[in-house]
Amino acid sequence: MTDTLQEEPLLIAEGLSKSYGRQLGCRDVSFELYEGEAMAVVGESGSGKTTLLNLLSTQIAPTAGRVLYRMRDGVTRDLAALGEAECRLLARTDWGFVHQDPAMGLRMGVSAGANVGERLMAVGWRHYGRIRGSATNWLHRVEIDPARIDDMPVTYSGGMRQRLQVARNLVTQPRLMLMDEPTGGLDVSVQARLLDLLRGLTADLELSVVLVTHDLAVARLLSHRIMVMRDGEVIEAGLTDQVLDDPQEPYTQLLVASILPP
Amino acid sequence: MYVAAKGGEKAIENAHRLLAHERRGDPSVPELSLDQIKGQLRLAVDRVMCEGSLYDRELAALAIKQACGDLIEAIFLLRAFRATLPRFGASEPLDTGEMAVRRRISAAFKDLPGGQVLGPTFDYTHRLLDPTLQGAGASEPGCAEPIGAMPRVIDILAAEGLIEPSPRARPDDRVGDLTQDPLGFPADRDLRLQNLARGDEGFLLALGYSTQRGYGRTHPFAGEIRLGEVEVEFVPQELGFCIPLGEITVTECQMINQFRGSATEPPRFTRGYGLAFGHSERKSMAMALVDRALRARELGEEVKAPAQDEEFVLSHTDNVQATGFVEHLKLPHHVDFQAELGLLRRLRSEFEQERAGASSLQEAAE
Amino acid sequence: MNAPVYNFAYLDEQTKRMIRRAILKAVAIPGYQVPFASREMPMPYGWGTGGVQVTASILGPDDVLKVIDQGSDDTTNAVSIRNFFIKTAGVRTTTSTGDATVIQTRHRIPEAALGEHQILVFQVPIPEPLRFLEPRETETRRMHALADYGLMHVKLYEDIARHGHIATTYAYPVKVDGRYVMDPSPTPKFDNPKMSNCAALQLFGAGREKRVYAIPPHTGVESLDFEDHPFERYRLDGTCAFCGANDSFLDEVITDDRGGRMFVCSDTDYCETRRSQSGAAETRAGASVPR
Repeated sequence: MTDTLQEEPLLIAEGLSKSYGRQLGCRDVSFELYEGEAMAVVGESGSGKTTLLNLLSTQIAPTAGRVLYRMRDGVTRDLAALGEAECRLLARTDWGFVHQDPAMGLRMGVSAGANVGERLMAVGWRHYGRIRGSATNWLHRVEIDPARIDDMPVTYSGGMRQRLQVARNLVTQPRLMLMDEPTGGLDVSVQARLLDLLRGLTADLELSVVLVTHDLAVARLLSHRIMVMRDGEVIEAGLTDQVLDDPQEPYTQLLVASILPP
Repeated sequence: MYVAAKGGEKAIENAHRLLAHERRGDPSVPELSLDQIKGQLRLAVDRVMCEGSLYDRELAALAIKQACGDLIEAIFLLRAFRATLPRFGASEPLDTGEMAVRRRISAAFKDLPGGQVLGPTFDYTHRLLDPTLQGAGASEPGCAEPIGAMPRVIDILAAEGLIEPSPRARPDDRVGDLTQDPLGFPADRDLRLQNLARGDEGFLLALGYSTQRGYGRTHPFAGEIRLGEVEVEFVPQELGFCIPLGEITVTECQMINQFRGSATEPPRFTRGYGLAFGHSERKSMAMALVDRALRARELGEEVKAPAQDEEFVLSHTDNVQATGFVEHLKLPHHVDFQAELGLLRRLRSEFEQERAGASSLQEAAE
Repeated sequence: MNAPVYNFAYLDEQTKRMIRRAILKAVAIPGYQVPFASREMPMPYGWGTGGVQVTASILGPDDVLKVIDQGSDDTTNAVSIRNFFIKTAGVRTTTSTGDATVIQTRHRIPEAALGEHQILVFQVPIPEPLRFLEPRETETRRMHALADYGLMHVKLYEDIARHGHIATTYAYPVKVDGRYVMDPSPTPKFDNPKMSNCAALQLFGAGREKRVYAIPPHTGVESLDFEDHPFERYRLDGTCAFCGANDSFLDEVITDDRGGRMFVCSDTDYCETRRSQSGAAETRAGASVPR
């Protein structure tokens, strides 16, 4: 971890705010995320955490503030200044986005292999054998039987679809992963398996992660740092273990206390 | 011995002669006159004018006769003719408030200024085939005088602020015209309404029906349906003032729909609008239902149902385009079919080879 | 009632001007679909109105027009369109590819190589190559603007995964001048290579969908494929029963109800030219059993 402190941050949020008319999405959110760091954003529904994720992935534009990202060439750019083509390319190569509902992040009408291979084809890979080889490799890494490469995602279980979504995102070796309740809607045992996989992959690949979740246990397992949000504002932030073991804010204390003991 | 087929030209010629023969039918039966079609099949004429996008009863009647009663074929004839006519400008917007009303009803109010005027309607007839029409029917006495102008229900609601105002265009805004510019998405309301006005009655009817059954429900009330004559006015550049060109019959439907408000506005009813040439209630009502459904995006409603899907609806309303493409399947496609046959045969032989290979392996193993 | 008076080649000058502007834009951006305000024509949408409007806009009184459908001058729709132009333009018409200055075609490119003085006008039903993968026009426009063609290759990948081959046999997508992906119209893929570095101007008209696009002369056109599954120029393995050609696209003709069949050149002018050159006047029945 000490090495990353000498590098520039990968992702910077500066005073990010979003409001919808009189409705507040989030207000004045700032943080810096380094390579290899995983940060959880926790809160109840309505806390603004999903709005924040959508701002970071440029799916929506901020009312105030900005998002800065360090490109592969080392230059840190304001995402609002990028053209649509550049943004789309980033979203396809350097970033991953894991949706809570895998059907949102997959093409349900094409095979698993095509799903994983699509990003490669979008950046110019033109060798069927190599595309298929890479897809096979990634299916293996997310613990999906490669023999199922030609099956459609409809034939996959919920947990498998989620793992397929992860593979589809990782195939271009992104540096930043944004995850929106990746274990939501999954069985407890299936969740555990997925979390284990995510933990292993993010460590192996030195991914930076922003993970939105309402589940503190998931946050503890996957993240180094945590931001607690309520009513659109960040009320507490710090190292995950510290914040969860010794919450300072009353609201955080309430959240932590309400976790049912295992 | 096979000889290459020739004589496509001759075949076409003969087909046309046969068509003309069948169009006339039994020569001992009197030939249909355009006056008969105009006068006694007036609702067919109205539909052909509306979807043909050209107001001319005589030409529409001719098209119906030439098309042997196939209304979409007649609509096509009228459209093709329209495309050859020179355009000298755009009329002033029709003022349906000044309509010489012959029929006007409102489902929203029991009674209203001007009253509920039933006019000539099928609505309360019993659908029993009338054998007296087989011969010359008894002619009914002449119709009553038109009632004249009467105030619009919607205007009464609007005066109280209960319904959203009709969006006003800026004076220098150019009205979109589908016959001049290709349709692009997202489309503004003026183009959407023009598209719907020319659109197939059956398609719009089904879409409107679907909204009532829950596919994009808009809680419609028939605020007002009126039928009558309106004046068409035009400002020629040389004169600089308005002159009347003549009268046309139109049917107008204003639907009152689901109310909504926002953070800054109190709730109000919303509108759906339909307008058709001639006496075309079904068309104008369906059009109003679909118009409202297509406004989902601008009213901030979730777009879920087919009738709300702008691209889907507007791309498929034109029955002349639709019939052209559907019927074009009758044209020769044997070259492409040949190409498909080739691939299919190849895939099948590979399948057989694989199966033969697998079974011979099995035999070897046994 | 006013009897309509028709302009040369039916369309009024204003419409021709509008279409020519669209054509110029199309030629300036090879393979890009330019929207235009298609007119209702006297033949139905789907029966060549796009091609007819393009031809009507470029035709001059000195042009010589050839019209083919499925490669032949004598198919019903080719006859109908040719007669339309005879009636409305009075131009000379021909069945000879070499003598024509404007060739309007449906679903085939002539076998004989074209020259710089010629224009080939294609009739196009669905101009958008991505349409069956992505029905929304708003999305496909963006994909073209951003050269975002991954989805196209996903389709080809799926074909190979499912069938072992790319399963597109006609309307095979191509990339024009290294930039825009284009649908060449439902010509068999056999014809794709002819579009590349062609000396003639190639214009594509879609009336119902209201798009026109172009390949300028001497422009590179590549069929999409994978390195290890390269584009195959499929041709039925056989020779023409009339002229003996073994390099032209063949039509299969069923001769009896016991599976009897023979194969003849789809391009009737090519076939007749070969026959008159070799002096062969009789058919050689039975000489074309495919292997």
